[in-house]
Amino acid sequence: MNRQIRQLGLAMMLLFALLFARLNWVQVFDSEQLTADPLNTRRVVRDFGQRRGNIVTADGVVIAESVNVDGRFDRQRHYPEGPLYSHVTGYFSFEFGATGVERSYNDELAGHIGVQRFESFFDFFGNGDVSADVTLTLDSELQRVAASALGDRRGSVVVLDPQTGAVLAFYSWPTFDPNVISDTNLDAARAAKEALDEAPGEPLLTSAHRQVFPPGSTFKVVTAASALENGVVTRSDPVFPDVVNYQLPLTEVLLQNFGGSLCGGNLAQSLERSCNTTFAKLGAEYLGPALMIATAERFGFNDAPPFDIPLVADSRFPDHYGIQLGESDQDPPAPIVEGSSLLAQASIGQFDVRATPLQMALVAAGIANNGDIMQPHVVGQVSDAADGALLARVDADLWRQAVGSSVANAIEAMMVGVVESGTATSLARGSLTVGAKTGTAEVNTVSGAEDTHAWVIGFAGQREGEPEIAFAVIVEAVPGQGQQTGGGVAAPIAAALIDAYFG
Amino acid sequence: MKAFFVGRHRRNSELVLIILSGVVTSGAYVLATVGRLSSIPANAMPFLIVVLGLFFAAHVATRFLAPEADGLLLPLAGLLNGLGYVFIARLNDELAAQQAVWTFLGVGLYCMTLFVVRRSRDLEQFRYILLFFGLLLLVLPLMPVIGQTINGSRIWVRIGPVNFQPGEFAKLALAVFFASYLIDKREFFRAGTWRVGPLRLPEPKHAAPVLLAWGASLLIMISQKDLGTSLLFFMLFLLMIWVATERLAYLLTGMVLFMGGAYVAWTQFGHVQTRVDAWLKPWDDPLGSGYQVIEAQFGLASGGITGTGPGRGFPQRVPAAETDFIFATIGEELGLLGATAVLMAFLLMIGSGLRAALGARRPFSKLLATGLTGLLGVQAFIIIAGVTRVLPLTGVTLPFVSYGGSSLLANYAILAIIVRISDEQTDRPVDAPTPGRRRPKVDAGAT
Repeated sequence: MNRQIRQLGLAMMLLFALLFARLNWVQVFDSEQLTADPLNTRRVVRDFGQRRGNIVTADGVVIAESVNVDGRFDRQRHYPEGPLYSHVTGYFSFEFGATGVERSYNDELAGHIGVQRFESFFDFFGNGDVSADVTLTLDSELQRVAASALGDRRGSVVVLDPQTGAVLAFYSWPTFDPNVISDTNLDAARAAKEALDEAPGEPLLTSAHRQVFPPGSTFKVVTAASALENGVVTRSDPVFPDVVNYQLPLTEVLLQNFGGSLCGGNLAQSLERSCNTTFAKLGAEYLGPALMIATAERFGFNDAPPFDIPLVADSRFPDHYGIQLGESDQDPPAPIVEGSSLLAQASIGQFDVRATPLQMALVAAGIANNGDIMQPHVVGQVSDAADGALLARVDADLWRQAVGSSVANAIEAMMVGVVESGTATSLARGSLTVGAKTGTAEVNTVSGAEDTHAWVIGFAGQREGEPEIAFAVIVEAVPGQGQQTGGGVAAPIAAALIDAYFG
Repeated sequence: MKAFFVGRHRRNSELVLIILSGVVTSGAYVLATVGRLSSIPANAMPFLIVVLGLFFAAHVATRFLAPEADGLLLPLAGLLNGLGYVFIARLNDELAAQQAVWTFLGVGLYCMTLFVVRRSRDLEQFRYILLFFGLLLLVLPLMPVIGQTINGSRIWVRIGPVNFQPGEFAKLALAVFFASYLIDKREFFRAGTWRVGPLRLPEPKHAAPVLLAWGASLLIMISQKDLGTSLLFFMLFLLMIWVATERLAYLLTGMVLFMGGAYVAWTQFGHVQTRVDAWLKPWDDPLGSGYQVIEAQFGLASGGITGTGPGRGFPQRVPAAETDFIFATIGEELGLLGATAVLMAFLLMIGSGLRAALGARRPFSKLLATGLTGLLGVQAFIIIAGVTRVLPLTGVTLPFVSYGGSSLLANYAILAIIVRISDEQTDRPVDAPTPGRRRPKVDAGAT
């Protein structure tokens, strides 16, 4: 019997050696492939349940934090400010992924960045806190004012520092409460997501950077910049005669000034009074498609700015106007093309011109910053959640050189004129230099009613200093509500922002 | 005299090893808590004291009741049990509390078994009673009212608030019966008077009772849909008849029989087909039948060589992580190194058990030790093989490691019997008085 017992021992050794070999295969040689398997959600669940760093505003208000929960996941995200910052932080959902800064700074928040790991002895053994806090550039006071000034009107408010691109306020309405989508009760989260997908105004589709609108007269800033940059006019010459309307090239169609008024003057006066006739003619007869397209694209149209909130929509300036048919009788002559009438409308921000509120804020910022548009960003710095050590700082970075500084400064002065004696006088502040451009963009509605988006873009600074903020405000058209002007509807919101910032 | 000193040496090394395994277990417990909660558990010291105290008690019992037994068996069981507890606690506090109670009872049963079974040969006289009880235990779950079906297997009995699997104890009872019966009749089995082709088989009348017992247990197991246990019983029987008769033919015939049986089961039983599909091509039904096995592979893979660290993995994603798949949990969080350590612990335990069998002087004890050791080894193999996709998954517990009261109690009883047999292997005459009852006094000048 002893021989059999020894053989049994040998057999057991062989069997266990087989298990050992198999373990080597699964745990070492095939490990990478198994880990990469799309069915393997371990990594996802791990990330989801781990502590994530806080997201805080520049002035230290916590707007996203991890809280411990019971159940399948260890933690879930809590957004103490509810809907106020949802378009910036985004949500952090197991099923629907992450959006906003939760997504763009996921690695830092979750602690995937090398320097964040293994700092202490306990980090090596435990799920020590390797997460990092993300500090935004947003100012909680300005954000609160933006939200209360906009109220429950559809629209967006974007405020940024023109010299650095740091976003100071970023708010859109309708908004949503990110807490419910981020709930680890996945059924509740799913129901909330479905309800939001169906909700009017698409709250999840942030209008400030993911939706585009006709910019209307605010686009005249770009047309004016193109005219100066290309030297087809100067600030004071020519003087466009006061007219009621402008006959679009090659058509019988008359383009009217706002409210059918008489409007004209030199470039500065035309901008102050927002003469459609002047800027339509400038685009169609002084500049032509090539120069207009070039300037628009240098301002960032037909592109999307790099931004640390993902999914920025492209702003558009139409770039096909057909073949050339002749030349205008200006000096120098501009090509007259098949689509010159459309170009005329595009030059006043109508036709197919579309811009995100963020893009229009960048137009204002570029003018305010000597023609240089800085990369917009909402994140200021990343710091270790445990000891607060600085891990990364977001530096100011140039995005576009839209126009030369002399042109920018000239436009800047004209926009100040708009506030001093034009369509945005409500923004005038004695101690400040404020420049702006209003816009009242028509929306073709089924009802035929002339509903309009109310816009204002601009900048403000101390009287003797560089502009400290640039902004864009849009209050979206409401079907059937009729006209709402930029000066009347959007400008008061900008006024509230300026007062809050400098007050 | 010499034997006693050998024994004392063994007991001392056993004590050292018990302390070592207690420290390892407590260390793992602390790490698992740090891993999960980033803090040292408040009850770290009490835990260590309880673990050490418990196994120290078992050690003292062994010192008195089986002083010359192998010194590895108890520390290895303690290590496996302790590691298992750590990972159960890491997965489920509630089950851990129960497992702690079962561990106390198990160690108690170990001591009691050593106390009651003073000589392994005493068991021999109970063979038919044990056969009867063994079969009764197997049939119990099929009884109305008390029988319970859990996870598709009708192997549970519920009496009052307590659920248990009587099959776990049936293994021990039937192993004793097989050992006794096979030794008794082995000449008949060996004689091989009945030729079938190249094989010489015993006459049917001698083999009948064994075949009957085996067939019955097999049948009951198939009716209860518990493939793992039926495979275990079958392997137990095969190993024991092979060792008893010293005829490889039995093993080979049995293997062929098994292959045939497995094929028939595969064609006939839906739950067997599901298991085989989940083994060969789990990715065909990744969220259904293949889910458990796939998640176990993912878990093992995420462990890599050194593991995620105790408390830092996601073993709870694998269904039955505390029971059948506890090995996947260990592989994930302790990595290849930890999993290999568990394999080594089982191999050492098997080695000690077989050494006890080799040293046993009475054929019955020799065969019983072989059978019980083989049982532990085969059971560990088939569940680890199932978890790692070497074999189709057959749900059995990993001895000493998995959560489960019946399994733990039965395994401690088995361990006690092996320890008892290893205690008898020395030069001491078989009929000498059992140590512990009357320990010889140490005379300093006697050696």
